[in-house]
Amino acid sequence: MAPVMDGDLVRQDAATLASAMQAGEVSSAEITQACLDRIDAVDGEVHAFLYVDKDAALASARVVDEQRASCAQLGPLAGVPLALKDVLTMRGVPTTCGSRILEGWRPPYDSTVVERLREAGVVILGKTNMDEFAMGSSTEHSAYGPTRNPWDLERIPGGSGGGSAAALAAFEAPLAIGTDTGGSIRQPAAVTGTVGVKPTYGGVSRYGLVALASSLDQAGPCARTVMDAALLHQAIAGHDPRDSTSINAPVPDVVAAARNADIRGMKIGLVRELGGEGYQDGVRQRFDEAVTVLTDLGAEVVEVSCPNFEYALAAYYLILPSEASSNLARFDGMRYGLRVGDDDQASVEEVMSQTREAGFGAEVKRRIMLGTYALSSGYYDAYYGQAQKVRTLISRDFAAAFDQADVLISPTAPTTAFRIGEKVDDPLAMYLNDIATIPVNLAGNCAMSVPIGLAPEDGLPVGLQIMAPALADDRLYRAGSALEQALVDKWGHELIEEVPAL
Amino acid sequence: MAQISREEVQHLAHLARLELTDEETAHYAEQLSAIVDAVARVSDVAAQDIPPTSHPIPVTNVFREDVAKPGLPRDEVAAAAPSWEDDRFKVPRILGED
Repeated sequence: MAPVMDGDLVRQDAATLASAMQAGEVSSAEITQACLDRIDAVDGEVHAFLYVDKDAALASARVVDEQRASCAQLGPLAGVPLALKDVLTMRGVPTTCGSRILEGWRPPYDSTVVERLREAGVVILGKTNMDEFAMGSSTEHSAYGPTRNPWDLERIPGGSGGGSAAALAAFEAPLAIGTDTGGSIRQPAAVTGTVGVKPTYGGVSRYGLVALASSLDQAGPCARTVMDAALLHQAIAGHDPRDSTSINAPVPDVVAAARNADIRGMKIGLVRELGGEGYQDGVRQRFDEAVTVLTDLGAEVVEVSCPNFEYALAAYYLILPSEASSNLARFDGMRYGLRVGDDDQASVEEVMSQTREAGFGAEVKRRIMLGTYALSSGYYDAYYGQAQKVRTLISRDFAAAFDQADVLISPTAPTTAFRIGEKVDDPLAMYLNDIATIPVNLAGNCAMSVPIGLAPEDGLPVGLQIMAPALADDRLYRAGSALEQALVDKWGHELIEEVPAL
Repeated sequence: MAQISREEVQHLAHLARLELTDEETAHYAEQLSAIVDAVARVSDVAAQDIPPTSHPIPVTNVFREDVAKPGLPRDEVAAAAPSWEDDRFKVPRILGED
């Protein structure tokens, strides 16, 4: 029988590694070691990781290998290594959220996502870099320095989950976890040529996810293939009594949907407002080509209009800072994290103010003040109240669009990866990166980004966003998998294989 | 054009417990004014009678069994605290001098 695997261990996808382990061709310890070696070799340049625990990773790999040797029933991802975004708590392992204010903090508990990963036998390699408290679209707002895009080290890997996406594209890990508040899984996936999914709000527990904006935050899978994302989605999703916003309903069968990959007769809505002006030429070109591919696969593509999407960005930058200013009040230097200025003379208020001034970066302060402003008396109705009305209008636009189509599509991001430093002190330019991804967070439904090629003008990856109604996450995988297979057939290989050697 | 003055930034910073430098105050006054201008478009739908959405997937009456469970491990919580004394968090003075 032919071996399951062919070639370098670190370049394999998770499903292949799992099959190879089941076939006895390779052990989890060997795969984990290969990933750790790869991290040693390339992470000095890429800086995807903030923390790697070699011993713990190898120890959990050996446990899986022993369980397999004793014929234990193992999950489909048992023994596969993963990179965890540093915004999810893991007991005893530093969790910084990319911020100085949490430098050195070792949480005394596991997030539910980590608990489920452990139960699934997934090997956690370490914690990945991110914009501070997930505020950003480039990972430049990390207090620990930027992550670089493996496609071009002078460019951003997207954000806030740039570390997770870069770890995949640099072949440091086959799987990663991200969190998506306004696009932080999907936009990094788009600019690194990887796959990222924001599940339906409430689909994955937020327990142990350090909150940015509680009504928008959602953790989800990042991978190099749609099937791998589905396997990871299934492992982490499902009801959790510790998160009162967690949906108490069965998880859609995303793995079966990825396997099915049949979109004949599927109605796909092209969102008129998400495209055209402001979108880079190469992004539009690859998107148009992908639409042709979807049509050739038997889908019926129709144009839909979501007129209120033009207000989404404005509503988001009122709702998010408002929730963030409230959530981040917990970082007061009293119970955990940094404390500055405690000289036995200063008052608690002075110590808090000095601690927060020293511990938070520029973007975090900017958004805390914006949120404080939007929530202050006299402005509340005009800003926060209005933004909540816009949120209703956006949900209504989605509802109307989903009457006409099973899924909606758009480019994931208006441009390919931009240069490090280009937008770092220009918040309004930075915010525009999320223009196509934000509506989904406001309405709480689900979306995926899949790679659709390289923009001709700069040779950098372009992503296509698929959006589905709440609790219909399986549709993302059916459409995403169909598109991925058709493109891989056309190119003769996966897009990720074109990443320049590091 | 919304104008957020330096004094207003100082006030917001105080409410948010941020001790800004003068340089930061000036910079944020300019940037916050520009951002508020950009997001003020939400008022374009002001006249419409639309219910607000605070939560995308509304769920109500979320209960779980009232079962006692162990709290966080005390030694690990203590180890993560900036200051700890006599089995408690130690904080700076919370009352004024007089």
